[in-house]
Order: sequence, then C-alpha cells, then structure tokens
Amino acid sequence: METIEPVLAGHPFLQGLEARHLEELAQCASRANFEAGQFLCRAEEEARQFYLINHGRVAVEIFSARRGPVTIQALTAGDVLGWLGFLKPYHWHFDARALDLTRVISLDVPCLLGRCEANHELGYELLKRYAHYLAVQFRVTKLQLMDLYGT
Amino acid sequence: MIPSPLVVQKVRRETADTYTLDLTRPGGGAADFAFAPGQFNMLYAFGVGEVPISISGDPARPEILTHTVRDVGRVSRAVCRLKKGEVLGVRGPYGAPWPVAEAPGNDVIIVAGGLGLAPLRPAVYHLLRERPAYGNIELIYGARTPEDLLYRQELERWRGRFDFRVHVTVDSAATDWRGNVGVVTKLIGRARFDPPSTTALVCGPGVMMRFTVLELLGHGLQPEQIFVSMERNMKCGIGLCGHCQWGPFFICKDGPVFRFDRIKDWFDRREV
Repeated sequence: METIEPVLAGHPFLQGLEARHLEELAQCASRANFEAGQFLCRAEEEARQFYLINHGRVAVEIFSARRGPVTIQALTAGDVLGWLGFLKPYHWHFDARALDLTRVISLDVPCLLGRCEANHELGYELLKRYAHYLAVQFRVTKLQLMDLYGT
Repeated sequence: MIPSPLVVQKVRRETADTYTLDLTRPGGGAADFAFAPGQFNMLYAFGVGEVPISISGDPARPEILTHTVRDVGRVSRAVCRLKKGEVLGVRGPYGAPWPVAEAPGNDVIIVAGGLGLAPLRPAVYHLLRERPAYGNIELIYGARTPEDLLYRQELERWRGRFDFRVHVTVDSAATDWRGNVGVVTKLIGRARFDPPSTTALVCGPGVMMRFTVLELLGHGLQPEQIFVSMERNMKCGIGLCGHCQWGPFFICKDGPVFRFDRIKDWFDRREV
C-alpha cells in the first residue's frame, strides 16, 4: 500500500521538507475526499484540520445576511486551507465548500502542534512555510480589498 | 485633426456602466479604419467633447470600428448613451501597438484587469488568427465580480478552444460562480509559459499592473519581455499638447503601449 509521505512531499506547501520531518507529519495525516457541494469546514466549528489540497476546487465562502453566501476565494490543487492555531480555541472563520470532487491530505492540528512542540526543527520548518503562506494571503487580501480593477 | 463622422451600427451593454459600439461610415459603408492592436482613437461626442478610447475590435475587419467605453465622465457618458444611427466623430488611430508582430515563436501571456481587456482584445484576435505562429497563449483576466466581466460570451468561446488557455478570476462572487475567486496576480503561477521565450502583454488599472509586473518578473521574465499599456491623460492624440507628458515620453505618441524596461524608472513614480 502506498504510504502518505510521497503525497505529502509532492505538495507545494511541504516542498523540500526532509524525509524525517515528513515521516513525523505522516503520523498526523490522513487522506480525505469531498464530493462536489460537500463542506470541508463551516464557520464557528472547531478547527482541527489543516488541509493540503491535492485535487479539485474549493470555494471559501462568507455568509452575509443581505447577499447570502459570497465566495471570497477559490482554492485549487497546491493550495492549503486552514489555520495552524497556536492558541486555543481553534475555530473556522469561513465556510469552505468543494466545487468539484476534491482530494486533500488532512493534517490533525492538535497532533501537528504537539509534534512541533516536541520537535522544534520540524516546528521551525512548518512555521517558515506557514509564515510565507500568511504573507502571501495578506498581500492578496489587501489587493482584493482595495478594489484593484476600479483604481 | 478633423474627426470623421461615423455612425453607430450596434450598441451592446457589456456591464452596468460599459458599452461596446460598432461604427461604420454614414450610409452603411465600411468604416475602413485600419489599425494595429493596442491603438486608440479620439472619439468626439458632438457638443460635449473628445475622449481617447482604445479600439476593441478585430484588426482584420477594418470595415467595422469597435470601441468599448465605460461611463466615467461627461464625454464617455455621452458616448455610452448614443443609439443606433447616431453619429460620432472619430480621429485616429493613434499610438504604439502591442508587439504581436514581433512575438511569433514565443509563448504569449496576456494579463488584463477590468476594462483593460478592451485594448487587449484586438491582440487576442490577431494571436488566434495567426495561432500556429505562437507557442502557448494564456489569457488571465480579473474583474470585481462576474457581472463586471467584459465579453462574457466571447470568453466562454475562447475557453472552449484547445489551443488557448483562459483564466478568469473575480474578487468576490455568489455561490453559483464556479470560476476562480482571488486576485489576478495569483493566476500567473498557473499559466504555462517558458520564461526566456515569453512575451507578456499587461493592461489594467495602475496598481494591478504594478503587482502583475512584479509577479511576472518573479516568474523569470525580463523587463524587456513585458509590455504595459499606460493610457492616461491623453488629449490631442498626436503628442502636441503635452497633456499626457510622462517624464521623457508623450503617452499618446510614444505609447500607450510601452516596453517595460523603457519606462521602469518612471513606472512607480508618484509625481512626474
């Protein structure tokens, strides 16, 4: 049976991570599939997963009483979804819905954080990647907020 | 400098505030308005004023002159309100075109934001007509919402082609939208192009172009491979009035399409 490490290694978020770190991550990882229309997460629910998207498309939505659900971001293979929350409680802030059949690696966040606490090298490697991901998110969110096409 | 009177043959509403007008000669004669992709005309709404507007039609069909106009001011509003059969003054074409004739053999990546697709559409027509001469052709187009997309039917037709990849994204959308949501720059990473053999054509609002150029440079393109359209402040269209002077350039005469390496020292200047 194929192990999960090669799939982890193939995801852009974990690119370049050493085999020993991948081995540890694999202890917190599982595969999951979502049919079109199925929610990966709902706002306010406890956030125990950090998703690495391998296939498919996911709409990140926010519910507005006036407009109903509004898609604010679309994710696809190579993207990640979730928070590596370091302080409890961990909650989702948005809904995320599969637009097509979506395959992900689901990382259990409490397990992951436990591993990072025990192994600071792994923690640093993950934090470097997560910090870069957050920086990109901040940049694109700022652009999105400033009404790029109307300026 | 004397405008030619052309007659509105057809008006299409593209979005809530943007219209596409097809123009021909009075009496239904061909407009006979030869132009290169990226050039613009001065459109004169009689009694109101003149405004520079890019040509958005097919350069291989000079019999119909097509302009896409957004209602943003007094003159553009007057142009947008014209009905079939009404007359408009046109002088041009003016300005430097997109370098489509110099790009054969290259991959071409086209990045458009909002109304910026209008001046790029003639380049797309040209590239698709001469399709075998080019490598991969990718169009990346961003708008505020699905309702703000120009040329929706045409975009859908283009998406159906096997030899042309079209990526469309919006800032936000209702849940019936199945396309991308996010900024246009994010899609550059999904485009297929070989950086050393790529020509990039970019048109949109200033901030969008700035971040797009940064992203393209980050993906390995050199400044001389990137072309931007800097349409702004154009008044006379022939480099006489100085209204559009931008450092050492007159945008109407030296541009509006510039190779990025030639203008990069001026591109980000807040005051010129």
